[in-house]
Amino acid sequence: MSFDQFGVISFTSATKTEKFVELLQDNRLSGTVCKSCGAKFFPPRSDCSFCLSDEMDWFGIDGPGELISYTTAMYAPAGFEKDVPYSLGVAEFPEGVKVFGRLDKSIPDDQLKAGLKVKVKVVSSGEGRVSYELSAA
Amino acid sequence: MAKVAVIGVGQSAFVRSYPGSIRELAFEAFRDAMKDAGIKSQQIDASVICSAPEYDKQRTPAGLMAEYLGLNPQPTFYVESVCSSSSSGLRTAYALVASGLHDVVMVLGFQKMSEISSAESQERMGRGADIQWEAPFGTMMPAYYAMYARGHFEKYGTTEEDLALIRVKSSTYGVINDKAVFRKSLDLEKIMEPKYIATPLKMYDCCANADGSSCMILASEEKARDLCAKPVWIRGLGMATAPINMAGRDTFSGLKCAQLAGKRAYEMAGIGPKDIDVAEVHDCFTIAEMMAYEDLGFAEPGKGKELIRNKETYKEGRIPVNVDGGLLSKGHPIGATGGSQIRTVALQLRGAAGEMQVPNAKIGLVHNIGGVGIYGNVSIFSAD
Repeated sequence: MSFDQFGVISFTSATKTEKFVELLQDNRLSGTVCKSCGAKFFPPRSDCSFCLSDEMDWFGIDGPGELISYTTAMYAPAGFEKDVPYSLGVAEFPEGVKVFGRLDKSIPDDQLKAGLKVKVKVVSSGEGRVSYELSAA
Repeated sequence: MAKVAVIGVGQSAFVRSYPGSIRELAFEAFRDAMKDAGIKSQQIDASVICSAPEYDKQRTPAGLMAEYLGLNPQPTFYVESVCSSSSSGLRTAYALVASGLHDVVMVLGFQKMSEISSAESQERMGRGADIQWEAPFGTMMPAYYAMYARGHFEKYGTTEEDLALIRVKSSTYGVINDKAVFRKSLDLEKIMEPKYIATPLKMYDCCANADGSSCMILASEEKARDLCAKPVWIRGLGMATAPINMAGRDTFSGLKCAQLAGKRAYEMAGIGPKDIDVAEVHDCFTIAEMMAYEDLGFAEPGKGKELIRNKETYKEGRIPVNVDGGLLSKGHPIGATGGSQIRTVALQLRGAAGEMQVPNAKIGLVHNIGGVGIYGNVSIFSAD
């Protein structure tokens, strides 16, 4: 697995956090936690900006989280046109992190609202790509 | 701190597609500012060149501009903070002059965006956010700002019509600004047509890409008094940064970098929001102007909508904002925008803003944001 399999189009091929993709394939959305000072990060980081340690553990983000804000894109940047319309949102999770990502298209428009309880849904495509969405909990 | 003045300002017309190269585009604003300052190239001790580099084939544009503008062999610097590049350039130039290292410094911002399609441009602009963790979902600037609009609506009850009123104001002034790309009058009905780009933002909530350049010339107090009859003084400069990733943001109803930059600028100037006579704010989207009202203290959080509903930010109102049409009407050539905002405020403080003039404007403010609130620059100027 490599990081360029993440999302619809990945703009990053090498990262020390590429285990994220492997964990995602195992159905786990994960962040990192600093072994030295306990700071938690999502998106995952390989370096702690608080204590400068480079030793990290992975932790799972299970939720349910709560949607903070969202939008539905009716127009897309180059390379994403076939997905239109799609929704993006950010949610706060009880693990102490916020998660940004696509929203599951099965959420009815009239349910899209701040405060909606959401869970993480891993999405894999036939071509070996893997991503995650926020789905109604 | 030593006093530093703006002694010359200029800008090109902002256009859909400039029929020339970036060096020629840059020269338009440079010529305008040099004529305004009444100085020659030999009097410039250093230059600061500002743009977002991903639109150009040219690498290291500062070297090119120093040559084409006739500024060799003096030092030049390249400064980038996406959409607030030229305000960051102002801050850099201020430091160069205030430190005594240079006496006269020119800041030039430019952007030629027309060589790529709108979808390509959105993809590149999207890469002005987190490319590792967010761009793989298909992010773009309207979608990011749309999440702030939704956040503002949910928290404060702001509506799409409130945002549309901001565009009505913008078009009122775009019509009278001969440098603006969008000079058509727009009414509420037209703006409210449901042509969504990223809900709840519609077509007219978004500014247009444009090609353009801006230029300002800064001088030490001694040089300014010697060279310029009406120097505009830099009174306060505030800059702040915030996490590039949305997961690192604490709220979606205001921009932390703008709040902090504003606080720092007011502190340095020793004044408050009530002292501002005229302001230029970064209205890349209507919601951005709404948040600016609150982030800068022109209104309490959540009360920005009252300002626009009561027309308080019109020329005749309590705090005129973007009376040159703002980014929404002028267009937004990324690297040139901050310098264009500063030019408008400098002209206002000199009483030279023509039909856009706010009577008796003595203190002006410029709010210029880079990316979706990654970089915030707030600059305060006074006539004396």
